[in-house]
Amino acid sequence: MLQYAVLAPFLTALIVPFLFRYIRAIHTGWLILPIPFGIFAYFLSQLTNISEGHTQLSGIEWVPSLGMNFSFYLDGLSLLFSLLISGIGTLVVLYSIFYLDKNEKLNNFYVFLYIFMGAMLGVVLSDNIYALYLFWELTSISSFLLIGYWYERQASRYGALKSMIITVLGGLSMLGGLILLSIITGTTSIREMIAASDTVLESPYFTGILVLILLGAFTKSAQFPFHIWLPDAMEAPTPVSAFLHSATMVKAGIYLTARLFLLFGGTDIFFVLVTGFGLLTLCWGSYMAVRQTDLKAILAFSTISQLGMIMTMLGFGTKEAAFAAVFHIFNHATFKGSLFMVAGIVDHETGTRDIRRLGGLMTLMPISATLAFFGAFSMAGVPLPIFNGFLSKEMFFQTSLDLETTSTLVASIAPFVPALAVFGSIFTFVYSMYFFFHTFTGETRGQLKVKPHEAPIGMLISPIVLVLFVVIVGLLPNMINEPILTPATAAIYGELPNKHIVFWHGFEPALYMSMIVVALGVILFLTRTKWQSVYNWIPGVLSANKTYDYLYNMQFRVSERTTRTYMTGSIRHYMLYILIFIIGATGVTLFVTDGFVIDTSDLAPISWPEVVVGLVMAIAAIATILMKNRIAAILVLGIVGYGLSLLFVFFRAPDLALTQLIVETVTVALFLLCFYHLPKLDTKKQPVGAKTLNIIVSVSVGVLVTLVAIASHSSKKFETIAHYFIKESHHLGGGNNVVNVILVDMRGLDTLFEITVLGLAALGIYAMIRLRDKGEMD
Amino acid sequence: MEIIMSILAGILFSAGVYLLLQRQLLKIVFGTALLSHGAHLLILTMGKLNRGDPPILEEGIKAYTDPLPQALILTSIVISFGVTSFLLVLAYRAYRTNKTDNMEQLRGSDHD
Repeated sequence: MLQYAVLAPFLTALIVPFLFRYIRAIHTGWLILPIPFGIFAYFLSQLTNISEGHTQLSGIEWVPSLGMNFSFYLDGLSLLFSLLISGIGTLVVLYSIFYLDKNEKLNNFYVFLYIFMGAMLGVVLSDNIYALYLFWELTSISSFLLIGYWYERQASRYGALKSMIITVLGGLSMLGGLILLSIITGTTSIREMIAASDTVLESPYFTGILVLILLGAFTKSAQFPFHIWLPDAMEAPTPVSAFLHSATMVKAGIYLTARLFLLFGGTDIFFVLVTGFGLLTLCWGSYMAVRQTDLKAILAFSTISQLGMIMTMLGFGTKEAAFAAVFHIFNHATFKGSLFMVAGIVDHETGTRDIRRLGGLMTLMPISATLAFFGAFSMAGVPLPIFNGFLSKEMFFQTSLDLETTSTLVASIAPFVPALAVFGSIFTFVYSMYFFFHTFTGETRGQLKVKPHEAPIGMLISPIVLVLFVVIVGLLPNMINEPILTPATAAIYGELPNKHIVFWHGFEPALYMSMIVVALGVILFLTRTKWQSVYNWIPGVLSANKTYDYLYNMQFRVSERTTRTYMTGSIRHYMLYILIFIIGATGVTLFVTDGFVIDTSDLAPISWPEVVVGLVMAIAAIATILMKNRIAAILVLGIVGYGLSLLFVFFRAPDLALTQLIVETVTVALFLLCFYHLPKLDTKKQPVGAKTLNIIVSVSVGVLVTLVAIASHSSKKFETIAHYFIKESHHLGGGNNVVNVILVDMRGLDTLFEITVLGLAALGIYAMIRLRDKGEMD
Repeated sequence: MEIIMSILAGILFSAGVYLLLQRQLLKIVFGTALLSHGAHLLILTMGKLNRGDPPILEEGIKAYTDPLPQALILTSIVISFGVTSFLLVLAYRAYRTNKTDNMEQLRGSDHD
């Protein structure tokens, strides 16, 4: 059944172009809205089953001999993500119906979106590493296509390419890690790898594998310093940003880290890397978000920061932290999804997302303002029981204080973790307030092109549903605890958490941390114009973006320059490359394998007529080079050919001699016919360097050929098969001339192709001569 | 004898390769012709020379020379004839069209 859930969006993507083309009266989105909803309903029906501790496994074989299969596995963790993907997917499709006009390229949009949906479901459900990688890259590709949806904009194309390059780079490194894992454990199934976690832990490649896989997870989940693609990805239509770039795709890295938690979790290096980069991302993202002026850019940096926070919690390695991470994955999807949709509504209704020009929208758009209020305050972690964001954030503080560890390394870092958590959260509070108050309260700051008014109800449904979750989960968090959070945590950590979520813990350190965040956040928010200049110091001129641009452009410059140095267009140079390679490869092989042997025991006796002919041929061959006159050169070349046919006579090859004689005669005639039309031989001297190189290369080739010929004569590795032909020629081929029988009978097909080649050459020659006629007529 | 012929094949290859590296089209065609001669001689030499009579079955003859290299060479002679004549006409055609037979000037443009 699971494979059909993954397959359904792909199949829908197939029929979308037809729907778009033939049913123009209805917005295509309506027609395909039931698909994600159906998938959502299916996963919802699995809730009880999974929360009772059952799992589900099904799949299709792909290349079983290589261990590549589409095997899908449903447990608490994949169920949580599947619900998010299909649920938010449904809401996003609904929202997009009102966001995108019927005249837009809806066929492209929905094809890409549904490919993404299928791929993302594939990522979270795949148990096979190859299938996982395939779907993983497919999400990168569909994300690329969706960011570049308005491809006529330069910024869209830039953002699309950037996201693609960074995530695919990470994906490739992840594949390396996964393949290493499968080599060590001898299986391609993630479940079986986890079962063999001891082998992995003892492996000398453990650190390498961890780094490679985390590189994939970090690039996908926009962790510092790979976060730079996410703000540029905001060029995508807002439904895409809400879906891919906040709720689902950017959580793929978190999913992967959580999925492989049982393999890596609890080790020092896992803690240092995941928590370290997570905290850095949390602080940097929230710090940078305050500086942004574009509504979606604020949300993008906020997403980066929140992803960092979830990563941090996974890095803690405790059961409570894993539970908090799961809880925050859910909460973030609800409040950030709704905020993105509100940003889209504001953009749609006012024509701008520039926060410096917005303000006072509360009276004009009261519903949107209310939705933004809940989203932003939940994101800020305001301690009220109606905001789900507060609950998970407080858990984050709590777990950051409760780092239980036996390792001295972790113990030495642990005291800094709560401080950094608070630091990042203060800025989270500031930008959340900035987002809400600057957009919806105060005076209108700039002239807007259109008079803003409330969005159509259809556009509001999706954010309303998400905000309802924010409030309901805030009030009754344990409603989703048992069916969703507990099984997901169990799938990550391997043990059932016994966690009851409560709003009020009493006066505990975590509460004080929340208080500090709110107090300092309010102060910083109110005085933000006074300290804004700090951004001139940090980051100042340092920028990961500039590094990316520099590296990106340098690639092209360097490769272009490199290519230009050897792709000169000169056929002589290309010949030299080929010949030098042949000399090198053959020469080295001959030397390394000690291939050269000379064996004089089995040689034909030297006969003088043959030697004389050979001598004449050698002289004639060299004379061909030296001749200044065309006719002389052709005739001297003819001597080589006739000499060869004489040698064929001496060496008992009458057929060859005859053929060579005829061919040589025709060739010489042809040369003589053609030369008249060709210019005189060039008598200009070549530069000495080029000439020396030519001589060295040609003499080396000659020497090598001689050595190979002698070696192959002297070392007979195999028995000759000549006896077979001689024995069977009359019997099988019915002929006494063995060479003829071989040609027309035993290797008849070969001869057929030989004739074909000759025919093609004849056709080519004919065409070239006809071409002349036409050219002359013109 | 085989060693002498091996050396001859080497000389033919050297001359052929040297001509291939020249600028003029006609010389390049000469080069390919010499290379094929060299290759034929090489194949024949590899199969040992003068070990018996020509491979035409007759009563009373015990030893024949190896017929397989001969069959291969026969195919090759015909094909190299095709190639040489094709190249020759191509050279002629290229000269007529481009008004030069100097390969250094026939480099194409960057955007081809």
